[in-house]
Amino acid sequence: MIGRAVKHRDSALWIAAMVHRISGLALAIFLPLHFLTLGLAIEGEARLESFLRWSDQPVVKAAEIGLVFLFTVHLLGGLRILLIENFDWRGDQKQLATLAAALSAIIAFAFLVRVF
Amino acid sequence: MNVRLYLWQRTTAAVMAPLVIVHIAVIFYATRHGVSAAEILARTRGSIAWAAFYGLFVFAVSIHASIGLRNILSEWTPLPERRVDACVVFFGLVLALLGLRAVAAVVLP
Amino acid sequence: MNTELSVSLWRGAQNGHYETYRVPQRSSQTVLDVVTFVQRHIDPTLSYRFACRVGVCGSCAMTVNGKPRWTCRTHVAKVAGGGKLQIGPLANLPVIKDLATDMQPFFEKWRQARGVFAPTKTRHDAIAQIKPDTPARKTVDAAIECINCGVCYAACDTVRWNAEYLGPAALTRAWTLVNDERDGGNITRLQAIAGAGGCHACHSHQSCQELCPQALNPTAAIAGLKRRTAAAYLKGEITV
Repeated sequence: MIGRAVKHRDSALWIAAMVHRISGLALAIFLPLHFLTLGLAIEGEARLESFLRWSDQPVVKAAEIGLVFLFTVHLLGGLRILLIENFDWRGDQKQLATLAAALSAIIAFAFLVRVF
Repeated sequence: MNVRLYLWQRTTAAVMAPLVIVHIAVIFYATRHGVSAAEILARTRGSIAWAAFYGLFVFAVSIHASIGLRNILSEWTPLPERRVDACVVFFGLVLALLGLRAVAAVVLP
Repeated sequence: MNTELSVSLWRGAQNGHYETYRVPQRSSQTVLDVVTFVQRHIDPTLSYRFACRVGVCGSCAMTVNGKPRWTCRTHVAKVAGGGKLQIGPLANLPVIKDLATDMQPFFEKWRQARGVFAPTKTRHDAIAQIKPDTPARKTVDAAIECINCGVCYAACDTVRWNAEYLGPAALTRAWTLVNDERDGGNITRLQAIAGAGGCHACHSHQSCQELCPQALNPTAAIAGLKRRTAAAYLKGEITV
């Protein structure tokens, strides 16, 4: 394997594509757990309630904030792709990508304020 | 990836965009109006609207996430194509089943 | 200026190593000048490729400090931070020796993407009148100036990760033909780029359009191909 470093990956758009992929992967891993949790309601309200109380701990809440960020950033990254593939080329994509990341952070922060 | 998978991937993405926005709004609403099991289930139990909404969401995400995973596995792992396809079909089915079970769990009275 | 550059050059084939040379820095020096100096004055066994030296042929493309670029158009002053340069062959292609790669896979994919004009007229027909300001012709003109230098192919991570992926250059050429009203090979062409390794493998990383020395935009061309193949598939003109 040739050891050539390839350093063009400092572009905002390349980073946006990677964030989109990693957030999707993280959400794909999270989803079955999410569905299993909600499925606890089959065993009755008390079962779901005891899980939700367990999830009140700060470390779980912190993870939830991370999930809200990943969820929002994946949506916005996806919109980026849909725009590129279906509408006229825009020259301001780097600025929009940065804005999307900022917006996701703001929404995640709003969630943090709500739960802490 | 090919044109057929591409169309499924992008279509489910477009379908889910508004669903995601609503879901984020629901998350925020719930954190203000109660996230105990009783409060959540009071909102969802017996609701055809929520059943339809989340049922559609589960269907779309099962397809979308599977195709996305397929790209990651085929580009970032040395797994052969047949193995990748088997894995993601399995994953999609598991997601759909668990998802529909979860929807039933919170919607059925 | 009397400073010296510390230049690491790839030596060997696929399993090679970087060797360091000291090269005097000169004003307005290009990276190609640096490589040429090493070959002429230090080590005549160095293999590299170039032709025009003035930025019109694309032969001198190499990886310079991690980015694929035309070495004749890359000023040392712009890229040699701290007087250091690392120069290697283009990525994603087999290395023949040192800084020269085998472009065969690149051109093989060009053929697979059906980047070949399929005529609909003969020499006995009247010459086609193509207006230069129609939307289709403007689209072709914006994408036609590819000189097959391989920079986009070397920059593309999807090429790196997906051995079947035809790559930005081959697909951009296909795009120019898809929009050429004289061409009659569209169904075959769209079929060729709608399968595995076709245009749908592109994830819009955009390294290609950011680094293309001709300022072409393969990302946009490939987006157009995605739309055309999707339409053709939905109409039943192509299958997968």
